[in-house]
Amino acid sequence: MLSKYEVVIGLEVHAQLTTDTKIFCNCSTTFGNEPNSQTCPVCLGLPGALPVLNKKVVDYAIRTGLATECTIAPRSIFARKNYFYPDLPKGYQISQFELPICEHGRLDIETAEGSKTIGITRIHMEEDAGKLLHDSSEGSRVDLNRACTPLMEIVSEPDMRSADQAIAYLKKLHQIVVYLGVCDGNLEEGSFRCDANVSIRPWGQKEFGTRAELKNINSFRFIKQAIDYEVQRQADILEEGGRVIQETRLFDTASGTTRSMRSKEEANDYRYFPDPDLVPLLVSEEWIEQARLELPELPAAKIERFIKEYDIPRYDAEVLAAERANADYYDALVKLHGNGKLCSNWVMGEVQRALKDSDLAIGDCPVTPQMLAGMLGRIDDNTISGKIAKKVFDAMWQSGKDADTIIEEQELKQVTDLSAIEPAIDEILAANPGQVAEYRGGKDKLLGFFVGQVMKATKGKANPAALNELLKKKLAGE
Amino acid sequence: MQLTDLTIHQLHDLLREGKTSAQEVTRAFLDRIAATDERVNAFITVCQQESLQQAAAADARLKAGDGAPLTGIPLALKDIFITEGLRTTCASQILNNFVPPYNGTAVAKLKEQGAVILGKLNMDEFAMGSSNENSAFGPVRNPWNGDCVPGGSSGGSAACVAARQAVATLGTDTGGSIRQPAAHCGVVGLKPTYGLVSRYGVIAYASSLDQVGPITRDVEDCAILLGAVAGYDPADSTSVDQPVPDYRATLKDGVKGLKVGLPKEYFIEGLDPAVKQAVEKAVDTLRGLGAEPVEVSLPHTDYAVACYYLIATAEASSNLARYDGVRYGQRVDQDRGLIDMYMQSRAAGFGPEVKRRIMLGTYALSSGYYDAYYLKAQKVRTLIRQDFLDAFNQVDVILTPVAPTPAFRIGEKTADPLQMYLSDIFTIPVNLAGTCGMSLPCGFSQEGLPIGLQLIGRPFGEETLLRTAYAFEQASDWHRQQAPL
Repeated sequence: MLSKYEVVIGLEVHAQLTTDTKIFCNCSTTFGNEPNSQTCPVCLGLPGALPVLNKKVVDYAIRTGLATECTIAPRSIFARKNYFYPDLPKGYQISQFELPICEHGRLDIETAEGSKTIGITRIHMEEDAGKLLHDSSEGSRVDLNRACTPLMEIVSEPDMRSADQAIAYLKKLHQIVVYLGVCDGNLEEGSFRCDANVSIRPWGQKEFGTRAELKNINSFRFIKQAIDYEVQRQADILEEGGRVIQETRLFDTASGTTRSMRSKEEANDYRYFPDPDLVPLLVSEEWIEQARLELPELPAAKIERFIKEYDIPRYDAEVLAAERANADYYDALVKLHGNGKLCSNWVMGEVQRALKDSDLAIGDCPVTPQMLAGMLGRIDDNTISGKIAKKVFDAMWQSGKDADTIIEEQELKQVTDLSAIEPAIDEILAANPGQVAEYRGGKDKLLGFFVGQVMKATKGKANPAALNELLKKKLAGE
Repeated sequence: MQLTDLTIHQLHDLLREGKTSAQEVTRAFLDRIAATDERVNAFITVCQQESLQQAAAADARLKAGDGAPLTGIPLALKDIFITEGLRTTCASQILNNFVPPYNGTAVAKLKEQGAVILGKLNMDEFAMGSSNENSAFGPVRNPWNGDCVPGGSSGGSAACVAARQAVATLGTDTGGSIRQPAAHCGVVGLKPTYGLVSRYGVIAYASSLDQVGPITRDVEDCAILLGAVAGYDPADSTSVDQPVPDYRATLKDGVKGLKVGLPKEYFIEGLDPAVKQAVEKAVDTLRGLGAEPVEVSLPHTDYAVACYYLIATAEASSNLARYDGVRYGQRVDQDRGLIDMYMQSRAAGFGPEVKRRIMLGTYALSSGYYDAYYLKAQKVRTLIRQDFLDAFNQVDVILTPVAPTPAFRIGEKTADPLQMYLSDIFTIPVNLAGTCGMSLPCGFSQEGLPIGLQLIGRPFGEETLLRTAYAFEQASDWHRQQAPL
């Protein structure tokens, strides 16, 4: 039944910006403090208070616009969106309406269905509302710490045709804003939230079907659930000869379903008009060029550079570039050490494992790129083996000491001149006459047993290649 | 001569010379308020103790030789100015218990100079009105005739000066709210160019039109008080970043060769004969001083009142949304849910004129009507502004009546809001154009009610306005007349 219909999806993302202060006052944007402790006359909406635009917010919006190939408006306008709600102290939200700061952008995505360009209609700046706390027995309370926190709303064209495309778009957008450093991307705390406009139409039909706007989707996983549920719901309606009505629906994470919040008829008339307290925002060519110069290297460019400069497989490059902090770590490591593939193995392997075990972000990694590069150098010059290196890595992680100190302190230097341990080898051969006989009888695999015994006796310090060589000789009876 | 009859500059000289003290002056004004305000009703709040404390502090400062022009000068503020720790009602029931936690910029500037704040003045609720009859604290009465209105919305501010209850006051002017009451009360009032004085800490009526300005006994005081509050404020995005001239320095430069524009659209039928005569005499006076009267045209004048009542009400409908009973102000909650709390609080908190304007403005912004009303009005506003800029290519100042009639009787126009709205017909265009205008006494009607002369200047042309007004004032004695109170 579903195959009869084409799915059409457009997404509206609200990204909370990482500025230190709010969009229209100097209050802190720190999350999780005592209710109403981060407020002033402006964000409390007291009589007589006036908003003053935080330039940094504009800067962040411009960067996002440039990273998504938008046109940056030389003149944009803040407007008031009027509605009553207790978390909205002024009775209106300052947003942008007719003239947003960014328009006509694009984002290229990759899915199993191939690559695709998703249009970005607009990006605008606005203030967040406060928060209602309903846990009081005396009624609801209002916390205005979040009021006036800067948000960026990024609206896509209805260009996506599957939940997978929607997820790919969101992940890409998420990656970009985090890369730019304009949003922390924290979905649980609501720093990156998404509404989805979903409709279906019979294949081949030109006009869009009637859409539902899905609210409250705060994870990539829920996006797919919400869209799949909604598509099925709309298809069921059409199959029964009904009509989809335009409405806002709330996604319920517990049941994985959507339910009606309000219909188009019930929708507010927001009576948008230009905010007379704020002057038109003028953005000069120079400002845009400055922002362009300050743009960091974005993931797509980084992947290509890693492949080209560091000679690593595309898979490695994509994994490493997925997060900016990870990529920066890798970049620093290769610059110090030189071997791209060895470095990527370590960053994708041991480093990730250790971070995961200690539940740390790479920014807090106790083994710095300098320390790791130092250790890899000791592998290169045969001071330690790859196996011992893991031991050294763990010791660096625990102690914060560099590799040379640890190798020295724990006497981990690999023994290449085996004359020193020959007596030990002879002892082992003498102690295991049965295995020696079996080996000599043709059971070559027993070589590993002897290597293991020697390594055990020498605490792994013997150079494995040299040891193999010597053991073979001795077992052959030479 | 009594202390309460003196101007800022006269009192400043006496204070500096130690011939009186700020406490003595303050007590004189407090006594005068006590003796007269039952008849005038200019004050909503009198700061009996705080003002004397401020006066004592001012005396210490004066004694130390650290006196600024306003140190120890007793002033009063329209109750639209946010004052820290001092109840600020905007003459509305909905804010009858509101004590702000901060000072606005203009108030902070006065306090820095060591001015004494005698109290907060009556006004039309949320500055909506032309007669001061729309107040939750009762009407203000005109000191010249208690049966007449003082004008509005800064009726308390003008009546207070005319009644000699304060040396000078601050008002706000959105469509004539300083100039029209100043005219009706026979005092000097100035509405600065939009952006000259910070609006931070002034309760908003119509944000794109509101301006703070002085109401004083003479033109020199007007220059002093304007200079004290004017200037760029980073807390108000619409304030303009440019230096404030010394308005007193150019006061005496005269009007020789000054081109004075007389807009033909303002001298029309329906203009009270006494007003017409007084204004024409003022033109003659200025001509006698060397100015050159020239006829000019402001062709879009007819549309100003309609344009104003769309833009101002649209902005007001949004500005007044914050009075919802949630965080501050009066709440009426009968436990019937949020929407009911909103409706009951606002129904009980706002007076009829405020409700009328909120409804009008909400309508003008509504989907389907926005283009026809709000957007159209904005276009008309641009044309009106252009009218003035064109006229100022030919002349240096424009001269008109302030109001079509002298003060009318209390109750005379309350039944007909449209009639009331027309009393601002000559002042509204100045706000729409965003330029400056002032009102100064130029005569009396046969009934003994003051008549005001309006001078309109180029954007940021306050110096020219003040020097013209000063020249006229020196050649007349209207400002020396005292209300019989």
